[in-house]
Amino acid sequence: MEAIYEWFRLLYDNTGINLPFIYDSYDRGRMISGFFMTVKLSVLCLVLSVIIGMAGAWLQNSPLKWTRRIVNGYIQLFRNTPPLVQLYFFYFAIGTMLPKVTNDWGGQEPILGGFAWAVISLSFFAGAYNVEIFRSGLEAVPDSTVEAAEALGFSRFHIYKDITLPLAIRVALPALNNNLVNLVKTTTLAYAIAVPEMLYEANQIWSDNVNVTEMMVFMLLVYFVLVGVLVWGMNRWERALKIPGFGA
Amino acid sequence: MTWTDDQPMVSVKDVRKSFGALEVLKGVSLDVMKGEVICIIGPSGSGKSTLIRCINALNDIQGGSILVEGQEVNDPDLDKLELRKKVGMVFQQYNLFPHKTALENIMMAPLLVLKDDKAAVEKLARRLIKKVRLEGKEDSYPGELSGGQQQRVAIARSLAMNPDVMLFDEVTAALDPETVNEVLTTIKDLAKDGMTCILVTHEMGFAREVADHIYFTDRGVIVEHGAPDVFFDAAKDPRTVEFLGQIL
Repeated sequence: MEAIYEWFRLLYDNTGINLPFIYDSYDRGRMISGFFMTVKLSVLCLVLSVIIGMAGAWLQNSPLKWTRRIVNGYIQLFRNTPPLVQLYFFYFAIGTMLPKVTNDWGGQEPILGGFAWAVISLSFFAGAYNVEIFRSGLEAVPDSTVEAAEALGFSRFHIYKDITLPLAIRVALPALNNNLVNLVKTTTLAYAIAVPEMLYEANQIWSDNVNVTEMMVFMLLVYFVLVGVLVWGMNRWERALKIPGFGA
Repeated sequence: MTWTDDQPMVSVKDVRKSFGALEVLKGVSLDVMKGEVICIIGPSGSGKSTLIRCINALNDIQGGSILVEGQEVNDPDLDKLELRKKVGMVFQQYNLFPHKTALENIMMAPLLVLKDDKAAVEKLARRLIKKVRLEGKEDSYPGELSGGQQQRVAIARSLAMNPDVMLFDEVTAALDPETVNEVLTTIKDLAKDGMTCILVTHEMGFAREVADHIYFTDRGVIVEHGAPDVFFDAAKDPRTVEFLGQIL
């Protein structure tokens, strides 16, 4: 390992290409923690946004008029406003309205920190799209399939959980993939409320080392690989869900 | 008033059904006794399918009464689950659940609706697969089965709920001529076992052979009805005569 670090140090000395997040243990620590923060943020938002999408698509078909209206209002609100504005809204508007708690050093701090707000905000943002994505899938399930389940005595919940949703997911997967890819990329916005995710840590590093060009190239590559892994996983899932003789 | 089996199992009285301004059933009455097989025939658009869909409350009615084992179907507080446990239905387009194997299709309703024990349900499902002569197809998905095979799975799926009455809505209409017989044989077996059956069909030869009673509907009313021999050989109403003349 030391030899590799030494090589990159020499690279900097000889060419001016400065990659301190490899050879410098402090910057390396920042980069690694930023990477895992991005992964954590992405995974939490992916899971929550899919749950919001499934629940929202179910509530969209509620017999209660106001439930449907609230879901549609939610979709409009989150689809028609920029995610950065949403993030600021949650962090600065809602966040400051909530009661404060006393921390370990006796100071006052907000009950929810930047990370929690980023998870909430981004999950609702992507969730709004997911509701519509699942809805499009649900609409592709023929009414006659639902009728068959009704005739067998299935409850509304079982029809959704065991019949329409599993079929809708298969139809909606390509669109869902797109949205989840977007979500992972959108986690970089958490930078704006000082969540120490990857882009934020990269910014810390380039501020200290004045190596903006190198850091930007590296960021592009890391996100390219990170999203590539997600796409690969989603494609595998799509294949695993394939049913012989269905959908073709 | 509790129902006993010397009363009609299904009693349809002066049923009226409209889709918007279009009245499709204009006062239809018929009784079906336990173990009886009745066939409803008539030109398309005459309300045959609508009538049997009303019997298990897939369509609501605007007037009249439908009693299934004494349970009133035209009741805003209808216990649909109770009704649908008694009434099985098979559709023209099979409507199997495409993401479940033949065996799973049959097992789903007893597991989810009746909450029966899984081992017992699987045993029942395998017995039903055998009954509809589909041994070896247990693990096939609907998309891998022919129309006739799918329809037989659909029949087995209904039977798994152990219904007292079976409704068949033009179940051979979508099949190739050579697979029609395999489905008709299955229904004949059922009739022989004493299952109460209400069939909407265009298979006149089959109707004549299997039915205890034939009803001819046209433009929302029952024009003529009678035992098969009388009905087919000595139809009196000019509309019946014209219809039979076209089809036979």
